[in-house]
Amino acid sequence: MINYQAIRVIYKYEMLRAWKTLLQTIASPVISTSLYFVVFGAAIGSRIEQIEGVSYGVFIVPGLVMLSLLTQSIANASFAIFFPKFTGTIYEVMSAPISFFEIVVGYVGAAASKSLILGIIILLTANLFVDLNIAHPFIMTLFLVLTCISFALFGFIIGLWATNFEKLQLIPLLVITPLVFLGGSFYSVSMLPPVWQTVTLFNPVLYLISGFRWSFFEVADVSVGISLAIIGLFLLACLALVWWMFKTGYRLRN
Amino acid sequence: MQPIVSIQSLSKVYDSGYQALCAVDLDIFEGEILALLGPNGAGKTTLISIICGIVSGSTGSVRVAGHDIVSEYRITRDLIGLVPQELTLGAFDTVWNTVNFSRGLFGKKPDVAYLEQLLKDLSLWDKRDSELRELSGGMKRRVLIAKALSHEPRILFLDEPTAGVDVELRQDMWKMVHRLNDSGVTIILTTHYIEEAEEIADRVGIINQGQLLLVDDKKNLMQKLGKKQLLIELRHSIGQIPPELAQYELETSADGAHLIYTYDTQGERTGITALLQDLHNAGLAMKDLKSSQTSLEEIFVSLVRAQ
Repeated sequence: MINYQAIRVIYKYEMLRAWKTLLQTIASPVISTSLYFVVFGAAIGSRIEQIEGVSYGVFIVPGLVMLSLLTQSIANASFAIFFPKFTGTIYEVMSAPISFFEIVVGYVGAAASKSLILGIIILLTANLFVDLNIAHPFIMTLFLVLTCISFALFGFIIGLWATNFEKLQLIPLLVITPLVFLGGSFYSVSMLPPVWQTVTLFNPVLYLISGFRWSFFEVADVSVGISLAIIGLFLLACLALVWWMFKTGYRLRN
Repeated sequence: MQPIVSIQSLSKVYDSGYQALCAVDLDIFEGEILALLGPNGAGKTTLISIICGIVSGSTGSVRVAGHDIVSEYRITRDLIGLVPQELTLGAFDTVWNTVNFSRGLFGKKPDVAYLEQLLKDLSLWDKRDSELRELSGGMKRRVLIAKALSHEPRILFLDEPTAGVDVELRQDMWKMVHRLNDSGVTIILTTHYIEEAEEIADRVGIINQGQLLLVDDKKNLMQKLGKKQLLIELRHSIGQIPPELAQYELETSADGAHLIYTYDTQGERTGITALLQDLHNAGLAMKDLKSSQTSLEEIFVSLVRAQ
C-alpha cells in the first residue's frame, strides 16, 4: 500500500514553494545562462575556432545546461529537506505513516521536476542565441531526466547530512562546481594535454556532459554507453545511500 | 480492558550517550486523559517522540491498538496526532494549506467539510487565508492542534500544550481538551505545570530522569499520598497538650495558639468529631478551623526529591 496522498501533498507543497520564489527559481538561472552566452558565446566564442565541426557558441550549450541542472537539482533537493529539519517542521513528516520511498519520491520528484523545467527553459533561452539542432532528442531527454533525478537524490543526501547552512553549501561549492567546470562544460577534453586528459577521465561529471553533448552533436569524449552506465550507477549509489540513511534513522531519529 | 498504547521496558540512549529513558512501562487506556508530569529534561518529549515515530527507541517495545510501532508504523501512526512543544510552522503557508498538507501526509483524501468544521471549532476559520507568520503565538498553537487533528486521529499527544501560554488561552486549551476527550479521543499530555495535571487529567504519570516513578488515578494518587491537616486556632494559647487529647498525636504551633491534627483521607473515620468533642471536654475554646490537603505539587516535589 503506497501513501499516494502523502506523495501528492509533498510534491505539491514543494512545487508551490518554487512558484512563490519564481524569480529566484527561474529568472536567476536564465539570466546567468544568458550572461554565459553573451560572454563565452558571442564575445570570446567568436574568436574561437570550431570544435570538432561545431561552433563554440553552440558547443557550450549542453555543458551550460548541465551546469545549471546539477547545481539546481542539488540546491533544490538539499534545501527542501534541510529547511524543515532546521525549523523543526520535519516532525510532521517523521510522524506520518510514510515510507522512506514516499518521502524521497515527493521531495526528490519535486526537486527533479523543477530542474527539468529549468533545463528546458535554458535550452529555449539558448535557442534564442544560437541555432540548436538536437540529433537524438530521445537520448537527450533521457540524460536530462536521469541527471535531474540522480543529482536531486544526491542533494537530498546532502540535506539530510548537513547540520548547518555551511555544510549545506560545502559540497556544492567545493566539489560539484569544480567538477562541472573541469568536466568539459566549456571545452572538449581533447583540447587538454595528454596527462590532464587521463586525469579528467576520473571526473564523473565528464561522462554526463559528454553523453549529453553527444545527443546534440554526435560528438563525445567517451562513448555514450559508458556515459549512461555511469549515471545509472550514480543513481543506484544515491538510492542505496538514502535507503541506508532512513533505515538507520541517520541524523533524523537519533 | 485492552490498553490503546502499551509501552514495555522502553529505553532510549541518544547517539551522544545521553540516557533519556530507562525501562519505562506504561499502559494508556482508550478514552482517558493522561498527564505525564515531570521537570524539564525528564524524558517526557523523548517518550512521546518514540511513540509517534520521530525518534527510534533503543530497547523495548511500543504497541498502539495492538500494533507494533516499528513494523506496523502505517497503522499506528495513522491513529496518532501530535502537537509539538515548539511552535514549528512554515512561515509562508496559509492556515488552510497547512492543514490540508497535514491531512494528505497521513494518507487521507481531502475533506473540505471536515477541515472547515475543525478550523471553526478552533476559532481559526477567519484566519484560513492568513500566512502562518502573521499569527500570534496562541493562534499558531491552535494551528498546530488543527494540523494534529486533520487526519482524525484516535489518540492525541500534546507536548506541553500550555507552556508560555496566557491564562485565558490555557483555559481555552483545557476546554478544548475536554471537548476532544468527550468525542472519544484519548489524550496524553506532558506538562510541568502541576495545576494542569490536577485540573484536566484522569490519570497522572510522574517521570523524572528517564524513569516513570509512578502512574495512578489522579484521585487515588492524591488520596494515597495526600494527607489532610486540620488547623485549629485556639482562643487562648496553651503551654502543652492536655492529657485528654494525648491519643490524637497533635502538634502545637510555636506560640501555642494553634493545634495541628493530621489525618488519613482514606480512613473511614477521620476522628474529627471525637477530637472536637474531647477538645470541648478539655475546656479549650476554638476561634477558627481550617483544613488543607497536600497538593499534587507537594506530592510531586517529595517524589522527585526522594529519587
